[in-house]
Amino acid sequence: MPNSEFREPHITIHSDTREILANARRDIDRYGLRDYFIVDVDSHHVELDSWDEILTYIEDPVLRRSGLSMAEMWPNAKRLALSNHPPGLTFQDVGGRIPHQAQLAEHVDPVPGEHRDLTLVRRAMDSMGISLQIVFPQPMLEVGLHPNPDVENQLITAYNRWFTERILAHEARVKSMLALPFNSPEACLRTIREFGEKPGVVGFLVTSQRQAPVFRNDYMPVYRELEERGLPLGFHAGPDYSVGKQMNRFVSVHAMSFVTCNMVHLTNWIINGLPERFPRLKVIWIESGLAWLPFMMQRLDHEYLMRQSEAPLLKKLPSEYMREMYYTSQPMEASNMKLLEATLEAINAGTQLLYASDWPHWDFDVPGRIAGLPFLSEQEKRNILGENARRVFRL
Amino acid sequence: MKQAIAKSADIPEGGRIVIDIPGATIGLFRAAGSLYAYENTCPHQGGPVCQGLLIPAVEERLNKDGTAAGFRFDPSDPRVVCPWHGYEFSILTGRHPGNAAIRLRSVPVSEEEGIVYAEL
Repeated sequence: MPNSEFREPHITIHSDTREILANARRDIDRYGLRDYFIVDVDSHHVELDSWDEILTYIEDPVLRRSGLSMAEMWPNAKRLALSNHPPGLTFQDVGGRIPHQAQLAEHVDPVPGEHRDLTLVRRAMDSMGISLQIVFPQPMLEVGLHPNPDVENQLITAYNRWFTERILAHEARVKSMLALPFNSPEACLRTIREFGEKPGVVGFLVTSQRQAPVFRNDYMPVYRELEERGLPLGFHAGPDYSVGKQMNRFVSVHAMSFVTCNMVHLTNWIINGLPERFPRLKVIWIESGLAWLPFMMQRLDHEYLMRQSEAPLLKKLPSEYMREMYYTSQPMEASNMKLLEATLEAINAGTQLLYASDWPHWDFDVPGRIAGLPFLSEQEKRNILGENARRVFRL
Repeated sequence: MKQAIAKSADIPEGGRIVIDIPGATIGLFRAAGSLYAYENTCPHQGGPVCQGLLIPAVEERLNKDGTAAGFRFDPSDPRVVCPWHGYEFSILTGRHPGNAAIRLRSVPVSEEEGIVYAEL
C-alpha cells in the first residue's frame, strides 16, 4: 500500500504561519540564505486584533471614554471604535483566495507577558530566514484620511505607546518606524522626542494617504529634528478609495492608488528642494513597488529642464536626487525582467534598495525573490536583502 | 520510476489531496472524471499552490451590444488558486488563464486496481 504522508490539503485562515510559509523555508537552503543578514523593511501585524486594548492608551480622557464605550456597546466596534477603517480593504483577499490576507487565526499557546502578535511575527521571520523585521500596523496606515484630525493624532499616539510597550520592548529582532501625527507638526515633534530613543524605533513614518503637502513650512522643524537625530523618514503607501469612485475593481484601485500617493509626495519633496534643505535626511519610499521609479525619473527630468525657474533650489536633475533616496522592494513587478533590471540599475539598487516582504499581505515577497534575480551580483543581493538596511538604520 | 502514492478512493470527483513523497510534494486532483497531479510549487514565487482554494473560473458575460452583463462561475473550468498570491491555474491544463506560459509542473499519474501510481 502507498505510504505517502498526507498534508493539510487546504490552507485556510486557521493554518499555522509555519505551514503557510513551509515552501519559503526551502529557499533558505536553495539560495544559501542562512549566512545572509536579512532585514525585512516592511511587514505588518493586525492592530485591530488588539484594538480594545489600544483604546485604553488614548491620552484624552473624554475621547478614551467615548472609544471604550463604542467598543463595548456597538456590535462590531470592539475592533473599530473611533477608527476610519476603509470598508473596501476587505476586498484584498480576492474573495477568500488568499487567506493569510484576511487573518492569521492560527492557534498560539498563550505565553505570559508575550503578545500573540509577537509569536506570529517570529513564526514568519523564522520561516523566511529573516534576521530583523520592521513591523507596521495595517488599517492605521489609512489614518491620514480620518475625518477628524484630533482623533487621528490621539489614535496614532495611543498606538505608538501601545506598540512600543507591548511589542517592541519584548523582542530585539522586531523594529518599527512609528507613524507621525502628520496633520500637526507640533505633535510630530512631540512624537519624535517621546519615541525617538525607545528600543526598536529605527525611524518615523508618514502614512502617505493624506492630503497634507510635504512642502509646508511648518514641517521643516520636523525634518530638521529627524535629520539631526539620524532617523530615516519613510512614506508608506496605502489604498485610496476616492480613486475607487472612478474604478470598479479592487485590482484597479490597488494598482493605482498605492503608487499615486507616493508619486505626489516624491514630486513635492524634490521640486521644493527638500533634498537640498535636508541633505542628510534619509528618505524611504515604501510599498509602491519599483516600476513607477523610471517613469518618475524621466517625467520629472523632462519637465524640470523646461521649467527650471519653478524649482530653483535644485542643483541637479530630479532623477539624480531620486538615485540618492531609498526604496523598499515590494511589490516587485517582475513580469518583464529586462525592465526590472533597467529599473534596478536606474535607482542604484545595489546601495539604495531595501528588501521588504509586506507579510502577511496578499502581494508579499519572500527573500528568494531577490536572491533569485539572475542579473544581481552576490554583493548586490546581500546589500538589498540586509546590508543597505543595516547602514540606513544603523543596525 | 513508477511508485504507488495513494489510493484512488482518497480522491473523489471534485476532490484533492496533497502528499509528501521522497523529494517532492504533490497535489492530486480529480476533475471532469480524470486524475491530475502537479508539484506543490507555484511557478510565481514557489508557494504551496496545490493547497489553495478550489473554485470554478469566473467569467464575465457580455451582451451582443458589448455591454457588461455581470460575472458568473464556469463549472466546466475548475481552478486551483495559490494561497500565497492568488495565481490561478486550470486544473485541467495546469496553465494560468492569463498567460499560458506560466504553468504548473505536471506529474504523470495512472490508476490500477484502486491504486494511484506516479512516474517519479
